[in-house]
Amino acid sequence: MILDSKIPAGPLAEKWTKHKFNSKLVNPANKRKYDVIVVGTGLAGASAAASLAELGYNVKAFCFQDSPRRAHSIAAQGGINAAKNYQNDGDSVFRLFYDTIKGGDYRAREANVYRLAEVSVSIIDQCVAQGVPFAREYGGLLANRSFGGAQVSRTFYARGQTGQQLLLGAYSALSRQVANGKVKLYPRTEMMDVVTIDGHARGIVTRNLITGAIETHAGHAVLLCTGGYGNVFFLSTNAMGSNVTAAWRAHKKGALFANPCFTQIHPTCIPVSGDHQSKLTLMSESLRNDGRVWVPKTVETSEKLRKKQIKPADIKDEDRDYFLERKYPSFGNLVPRDVASRNAKYVCDEGRGVNETGEAVFLDFRDAIARDSEDAIRARYGNLFDMYQQITGENPYKTPMMIYPAVHYTMGGLWVDYNLMTNIPGLYALGEANFSDHGANRLGASALMQGLADGYFVAPYTIGDYLAQTPPKKVDDSHPAFAESLANVKSAIEKLLKINGSKTVDHFHKRLGKIMWNECGMARTEEGLKKAKAEIKALKKEFWSDVKVLGTNEELNQSLEKANRVADFIELGELMIDDALNRNESCGGHFREEYQTPEGEALRDDENYAYVAAWKYLGENQEEELVKEPLEFENVKLTQRSYK
Amino acid sequence: MKLTLKIWRQKNASDKGGFVTYPVDGISTDMSFLEMLDVLNEQLTEKGEDPVHFDHDCREGICGMCSLYINGNPHGPLQTTTCQLHMRSFSDGQTITIEPWRAKAFPVVKDLVVNRSAFDRIIQAGGYVSVNTGGVPDANEIPIPKRIADEAFDAATCIGCGACVAACKNASAMLFTSAKISQLALLPQGRVERKERAEKMVAQMDAEGFGACTNTGACAAECPKGISLTNIARMNREYFAAVVSSENV
Repeated sequence: MILDSKIPAGPLAEKWTKHKFNSKLVNPANKRKYDVIVVGTGLAGASAAASLAELGYNVKAFCFQDSPRRAHSIAAQGGINAAKNYQNDGDSVFRLFYDTIKGGDYRAREANVYRLAEVSVSIIDQCVAQGVPFAREYGGLLANRSFGGAQVSRTFYARGQTGQQLLLGAYSALSRQVANGKVKLYPRTEMMDVVTIDGHARGIVTRNLITGAIETHAGHAVLLCTGGYGNVFFLSTNAMGSNVTAAWRAHKKGALFANPCFTQIHPTCIPVSGDHQSKLTLMSESLRNDGRVWVPKTVETSEKLRKKQIKPADIKDEDRDYFLERKYPSFGNLVPRDVASRNAKYVCDEGRGVNETGEAVFLDFRDAIARDSEDAIRARYGNLFDMYQQITGENPYKTPMMIYPAVHYTMGGLWVDYNLMTNIPGLYALGEANFSDHGANRLGASALMQGLADGYFVAPYTIGDYLAQTPPKKVDDSHPAFAESLANVKSAIEKLLKINGSKTVDHFHKRLGKIMWNECGMARTEEGLKKAKAEIKALKKEFWSDVKVLGTNEELNQSLEKANRVADFIELGELMIDDALNRNESCGGHFREEYQTPEGEALRDDENYAYVAAWKYLGENQEEELVKEPLEFENVKLTQRSYK
Repeated sequence: MKLTLKIWRQKNASDKGGFVTYPVDGISTDMSFLEMLDVLNEQLTEKGEDPVHFDHDCREGICGMCSLYINGNPHGPLQTTTCQLHMRSFSDGQTITIEPWRAKAFPVVKDLVVNRSAFDRIIQAGGYVSVNTGGVPDANEIPIPKRIADEAFDAATCIGCGACVAACKNASAMLFTSAKISQLALLPQGRVERKERAEKMVAQMDAEGFGACTNTGACAAECPKGISLTNIARMNREYFAAVVSSENV
């Protein structure tokens, strides 16, 4: 199998413009003859559904939450990047492109990333026109801040709730199209399968979460905007409902899954407090603008802290190790996420962790408060500080925050070409659900950018090109492929309900999460991964013979919803391990202990691994087939990433 | 901690429903309220009893999916969302009564889960600026005084959880509706459609069966995002101005 990325020829800066011109168009009167299915209503899904409806297509939008406004994009805190150069500090489309490629440790496609940087400026314009209340300066113009992995201020923000404001903007555009009758909403509805006819995606099978009804929906194209799979680790910053099911079911229907082992561990999360914990809470990366990360210089001092014999304020400056500033003087506390996370792990592994579990470092605002005043810090991060206090019971204005890395984002996802189409014609993946733009590590404030770029400015063009080549004949669900898929979904659910074993779904999910975190988390080894693979195989067997799912399909049944999702996470976990084992190098968030520089930095192997690892499903309990898409770099020189 | 939970159980929308008492033990003060319910649900499932259904998703206080009327307060004793409420706010041995939101416009789906789609329909009635993707001016061509932008932001932080409705003796949705009307009326982008927006959103709010506002202020007192009553005043002003000079013919 050969993967065609369909990257247009020509100079980098002209590719997208040329490609848009070369794309076929659907005549306005014909647009209403096409039905488009959009699964997920986060930034990518809501913006795509709204934009496609505005163009005239008939859109059906699905989400498992009770309202499209709940999608997890809403929780993004810090901001959204755009190469506006409003600050006159040397930013440009090329610099945003370059920072993103470098931040991703040279494992993303140049053409996709350049396009992302190019459309970033339009996103800000669009959101402002919708009434998104971005932060402003006293002169009335937009304010910016800096984020990790960049030396310019290009991040637009709305206090610590940027994701919320952007999502509500996209949701309002979506709501307008619902009112216009161009979008039909299906909340509390979960996608269970993709239906293909003659190799093209022509619909989906869904489960109504209230009634349990399994239903079919037909259309000319299907867009999966279903987010990432961080919940494979059980504990992550994702919402409880975030899942891989839609993407995984598409994968089992033939869509390749790319770079599944590329997961992002975010350095600034509230540390785990006990076994009861159901999720982890992120503290925005923007805090690293003003907060300084440190641990005591010696293990002895840390031990005293852990036993609560001394307070952080008792430790003198000369006894503190501001380890990021020390090791990376030019980027300091604003090194990319993977670097910051790994270094936090190192100092905690040395025994210098600062909380009771020994797995936390300080993020200290003492100096920023002394410099700018407490009010200034409150204006910047007030809601984050409040949230920290609510969760931990400690006041971060008085005592430093304690933070530790946690799973946050998944760079891997469904393989897509330049048009964001998977290898199944008519099936698209947008936003975090695809693999395309962040390589092996995503820079802060780039997820919002990518979700909205895909939905507002990329998919509306590329889908038009596909539809223009599809006859405007109604697709209906009487084709036997729909009946077949429907029957498969029903029998899989029956199978789950019949097991009636002895352990809850969460029990299995937690065990899966532990295996993944220990062996496929911040640091990975061949030995550990091999062990994990055997453990997951055994876990899968046990799940399918001993899980306890109560109730019936024909009702609101949250255990059944979870069981469906966890079954898919277990299979995905195994593929992530395979991918991590295959990639005998370290890059970005994928750190194989065997491959590191003498200073402990990630050691890439460009000769052998400068490719996208796309995996093809071959059947139940069979090893997946690896398909490689070589990455070609014509505009940037591959170097060892240095933030020193 | 040891607690006694009195929880509203209701099989489906047509079931009459009633309280069931559950003892729970071994609750840590660091747990969130929802994690405490997770513990209960694990125990119920192991015993073969149907777990308590409740809505939740982000568990960081921003998606607005969690609800719960706890000991007579929406989202419990603190001015926060239920997912951000921790067990350190309760004492050992306490009895906690947990109910769904109570409002005609929010029918119960099952146990503690209610249907809040009325809120989506209020937004669909006009809670947006009518711009299509593309063809908009440069973001900095619309300067907005920081004070106004901040005020609009404060209104825009509404998470649509419905606590305002649950807190109100009239089950009024004025705080929710006014937050969106206010945000868009403050910003120049939203001014063009302000009259029509106020008329349509208020009409939809009434059509959904939400009650009237009697200025009690329980909504703002319970709002986990601190949405201010000023928004209701602003909405009333917008609405009256719209009605007396209506452009609808």
